[in-house]
Amino acid sequence: MFAKTFKQFSCFNKNNFSTLVVAEHNGEKLSKSMYKILNAASKFKEETHLLVTGENVSKVVENIKATVPKEVVSKIIVADSALLKHNQAQAVSQVISNLINQNKYKQVVVDSSSSGKDILPRVAAKFNTQPATDVTNIISNDTFQRPVYAGNAISTIKLTSATKFLSFRATSFDAINSEQANNISDVQKVDADSLIAKKDNLVKHIKDEIAKSERPELTSARFVVSGGRGLKSKDNFSILENLAGVLGETAIGASRAAVDAGYAPNDLQVGQTGKVVAPELYIAVGISGAIQHLAGMKDSKVIVAINQDPEAPIFQISTYGLVGDLFKIVPELTEKVKAAKQ
Amino acid sequence: MRALVGVKRVLDYTTTKIRVKPDGSGIDLSGKQIINPFCEIAIEEAIKLKEKNIIKEVVALSIGPKTFQETLRHSLAMGADKAIHISTDLSPDQKLQPLIVAKILQKIIERDNFELVLLGKQSVDDDFNQTGQLLAGLLDWPQATFASQITIKDKDVEVTREIDAGLQTIGFKLPGVITCDLRLNTPRYAKIPDIMKAKKKPLEELQLNSLGIDLNTGLEVIKTEAPQQRKGGQVLSSVDELVNKLRNEAKLF
Repeated sequence: MFAKTFKQFSCFNKNNFSTLVVAEHNGEKLSKSMYKILNAASKFKEETHLLVTGENVSKVVENIKATVPKEVVSKIIVADSALLKHNQAQAVSQVISNLINQNKYKQVVVDSSSSGKDILPRVAAKFNTQPATDVTNIISNDTFQRPVYAGNAISTIKLTSATKFLSFRATSFDAINSEQANNISDVQKVDADSLIAKKDNLVKHIKDEIAKSERPELTSARFVVSGGRGLKSKDNFSILENLAGVLGETAIGASRAAVDAGYAPNDLQVGQTGKVVAPELYIAVGISGAIQHLAGMKDSKVIVAINQDPEAPIFQISTYGLVGDLFKIVPELTEKVKAAKQ
Repeated sequence: MRALVGVKRVLDYTTTKIRVKPDGSGIDLSGKQIINPFCEIAIEEAIKLKEKNIIKEVVALSIGPKTFQETLRHSLAMGADKAIHISTDLSPDQKLQPLIVAKILQKIIERDNFELVLLGKQSVDDDFNQTGQLLAGLLDWPQATFASQITIKDKDVEVTREIDAGLQTIGFKLPGVITCDLRLNTPRYAKIPDIMKAKKKPLEELQLNSLGIDLNTGLEVIKTEAPQQRKGGQVLSSVDELVNKLRNEAKLF
């Protein structure tokens, strides 16, 4: 039935039936998650425009051209302005609102990241529309699924608004094949300065304190090794670093308990209110497995739990479990993985 | 300056197992209910700002059935000055969606002239993470989401936010909306004398349908299901066995 609907749509002016995706980037490249978000957005089978906002974003535009096929993104819209330097919601949402008014987008899509969640509802409010955050499954062009109650239930929702405001959870979608990119030729520049009002009273960016890490990004790493309160100190987190180093392509995560105890920084928190990960392998070390933590990692392909308490709830969802002293098991595992990989 | 703090009542998921109703209509809400943890952090922050003489009055507002007044009394016992209860039977986790809540807050803010709104970053039932941003959009006020530190001097606000890559500090002039993250503070326990005093603090009750708010949001919950269960795990006896499984069964390296 939906295939039929899509066919009908293609008879009309395509601009009236299109999707706007808001790009997330670091000033040079699209974030890795965006390749998954673009794939999710392409499931609408409608023309997709990708909006790039920020200051001096020409490198990002080049990166998109080199890595995103034009079958996925038909047009890049660029809003380059000093007012958008840090992509604060207040300024960015005004640019997005104007584009929706001009192009009558049917879908506005962002990544369910801290930035996407900051921006999307602010724009939706201007259109008197309830957004849908953390969409994990697209059932049809107006019906979606999203987890509620820390992932303990799945809600199926239907959106009836003229424009649908959606944040997609990147870990629930595969990435587009970025090797088949062939120049997107349609690049439209918009005069952001003229679209942003209240220039004197915009939110001011004061500083960023970005955690430095040589490890891959937590949400897109192939493997994740996470520590909980069982590690007992910040210094002990180094045993996870060693294991991660041996495994390769591994990010370090933490439970809320470990973050609250000061063993790990906030941005490593995996869970309902932290990051959601779904790596090929998730090793939970000294993590009991509270539902808030499970909400952030239970879609991992293989879960390994290392815990001294055989009753810990983490063992109910782990693929493989080892009961015992993590201070003995983790170094032994590190040595044996090293040996096995040689 | 006066601050409005939105508080929600949710199922206590730390002690109650979440049960999906067999007919797919929603979650069984019959268990113990508590203040949403992020709302408690928002109340605590407002009270701290009052103790520092930065704000004069803290008003807690909650929307839901009569039982939500317990959550308001809890907020009053923590130190809020007044409470507003917007009475409705709309289910708080399905029908009473963030857009409706934001519109109610907007009405009350316009009626009572608040300059600062503190909310939790998300409620742990619907997990939407939207109300603060929607409200800021409706009011055209600046917003600071995921706050882990708030400093206010006169009308100047500085907020440190928890973003994916670390921390970010932003600044703006009030009025504004701030949503609170976990590490902003540790909420206090209400003392018995304060619980007694809270019973005498003013609690205004309003009917949702008296506010003239459009309840059509463009989002309808069709059904609620239990997630797919993962297969029960195997407990292994040695590290060798684990390495063997990871290598030969899961083929990870």
